[in-house]
Amino acid sequence: MTGVETLPLSRAINAGLRASLAGSDRVLLMGEDIGKLGGVFRVTEGLQAEFGDRRVLDTPLAESGLVGTAIGLAMAGFRPVVEIQFDGFVFPAFDQITTQLAKLTNRHEGALQMPVVIRIPYGGHIGAVEHHQESPEAYFAHTPGLRVVSPSTPNDGYWMIQDAIASADPVIFLEPKAKYWMKGEVDTSARALPLHASRVVRRGTDVTLVGHGAMVTTMLQAAALAEAEGTSIEVIDLRSLSPIDYGPILESVRRTGRMVYAQEAQGFASLGSEVAATVMEQAFYALEAPVLRVSGFDVPFPAAKLEGVYLPDADRILEAVDRSLAY
Amino acid sequence: MTDATATGAGASDTDAPVVRFLEADGTFAPTPAAERYREAVDGLSDADLETFYRDMAVIRAFDVQATNLQRQGQLALWPPSYGQEAAQVGSARAARPQDHLFPSYREHVVTRIRGVDPIDIIRVMRGLTHGGWDPTDPANGNTRIYTLVLGAQTLHATGFGMGLVFDGRCGTGDPERDEAVIVYYGDGASSQGDVHEAMVFAASYRTPEVFFLQNNQWAISVPVATQSRTPLFKRGEGYGMPSIRIDGNDVLASWAVTRAALDEARSGEGPRAIEAMTYRLGAHTTSDDPTKYRTSDEEESWRRRDPIARMKAFLLGRGASDAFFADVDAEAEALASDIRERTNALDGLEADSMFAHVYSEEHPLIEQQRQWLAGYDASFEGDQA
Repeated sequence: MTGVETLPLSRAINAGLRASLAGSDRVLLMGEDIGKLGGVFRVTEGLQAEFGDRRVLDTPLAESGLVGTAIGLAMAGFRPVVEIQFDGFVFPAFDQITTQLAKLTNRHEGALQMPVVIRIPYGGHIGAVEHHQESPEAYFAHTPGLRVVSPSTPNDGYWMIQDAIASADPVIFLEPKAKYWMKGEVDTSARALPLHASRVVRRGTDVTLVGHGAMVTTMLQAAALAEAEGTSIEVIDLRSLSPIDYGPILESVRRTGRMVYAQEAQGFASLGSEVAATVMEQAFYALEAPVLRVSGFDVPFPAAKLEGVYLPDADRILEAVDRSLAY
Repeated sequence: MTDATATGAGASDTDAPVVRFLEADGTFAPTPAAERYREAVDGLSDADLETFYRDMAVIRAFDVQATNLQRQGQLALWPPSYGQEAAQVGSARAARPQDHLFPSYREHVVTRIRGVDPIDIIRVMRGLTHGGWDPTDPANGNTRIYTLVLGAQTLHATGFGMGLVFDGRCGTGDPERDEAVIVYYGDGASSQGDVHEAMVFAASYRTPEVFFLQNNQWAISVPVATQSRTPLFKRGEGYGMPSIRIDGNDVLASWAVTRAALDEARSGEGPRAIEAMTYRLGAHTTSDDPTKYRTSDEEESWRRRDPIARMKAFLLGRGASDAFFADVDAEAEALASDIRERTNALDGLEADSMFAHVYSEEHPLIEQQRQWLAGYDASFEGDQA
């Protein structure tokens, strides 16, 4: 596959995984139902048939076991890529991720690298049952030693998964499951951006709108609606949740003087909180209004019939944009 | 005694078969379960046997010295290995040079035998590092660093064993080259879910691995009867692993059974489990007070089964010389005083070092904070302390 192709996000990540598997025989995929079935979202479809069951492992059903053995495999020189089936199922592995994976390089004073990728389909919009629609990114972004990224487009999915696998550090790779079937152009000839860069996805002059994952699509919808009303919104995709590339964000806020962060996750102690605090610390005199956040409510992700109320949509984002402009 | 003992065999079931060669008084009297290993033990030379004794006696002197150093304020904490020397010496001496050892945090005997400098453990307990040594340095004998989250290392060992399988580094039939893994954990850790998951994965991928459980009877203050109503070695059988109980205070049983289990595992026969019945004669750590939860009668009954006294009696019966024991005592004393001197000579830490190796690759936030702290510290230059 070379040149430009139109693919849905799930197929783009699949193509990226294939490229990494082909590029190094140290790369292994591990997870529940990822082999024969190709994963519940079919992201790994066809890879076990192509690379064999020693490269693409259908493991026992145990998330701590998955991550813990991935750590051991990394100690033995492999580059494991673990799939967690759904966001809410990462927590049985939380101990291995935060007390072990995140700290082992530090505890070994650099003598040991931990090139482990943990892929997690995350977020709502799919009408699913409990534990299947959550946004746990803040737990991982809060943990020293982890890198956290989230692609929002097929092109980013293709490149970022390869860059995550190539990283010497553990990477939490959050896949916005609501966008798995969203198509976009994938340019396989060259990567557009490094793994940890944020990106301006739409230029604007009045308000800076920042977010990540599936929310990028919603922010673009909001920007299009605002344009019809004469408001010019700049949209920035964070892409990397740890570390955060503040360059484009601060540059934008210094032009617009206003910023809104949009996210599916609960707002309390969230990525939006962190970005808002930093922007206020570093661009205080440029601000015409306080930085605002549009988030999920601070309640357990509700039963699916209420997800449309819980999840921020374009209207809720525009409500915050209006409040910002009113200052 | 707990109700578990009253209602059934319980975790300490003394009727379960056990591999033992040396009685508590040093008499060589193999149990029926030991017969299978008899030939291997008979093949041990006097020099081998003396090495076992020397290992145990020397590291006990280190352990006592470290405990004293903690009492004198030189260490934040010390988890004594006192009493568990036979289980550790036997199993560590059974491992071949190419094998990989995953300790928990009380395996001071194991780590030293594999080449780790005991001062590296002191550095951990003195608050100078969270790691201590580089397991990839050949000097350290493929010994991983300690793990304080109980049972977490069993999964790392199993994953490592999966790697050995995938890379064809075991199961070729050549015991001089085939690699195996041994992972240490305790009776308390045996209740952790990670140990269960490690055994599930190990059995599924037939890892070349030995799960070595040191049942020292107490998880801090909680007796093993609270962890299990069945002898812990029987759990291994539930995962399809051949599992065996040994007298963990008999270095010969520990050596022979671990040697066989590792060789079976390395040859491709899959994982094995060993439960070594031993006793933590010291405190859990220097922060612990065992008088609050166990009786002096119980401690005394285990003191009579001391692994070192037992081996000494056995060696004396075989005619070991006074000169040998004097030499061991001198080496033990020398290590203890060397550790004291080197502990006192340890430097502090540069503040800057906490920012190193948080990540392997560049991370702007860490670099920013490192620079900030440097500037902040510099702002005090010239101030009076």
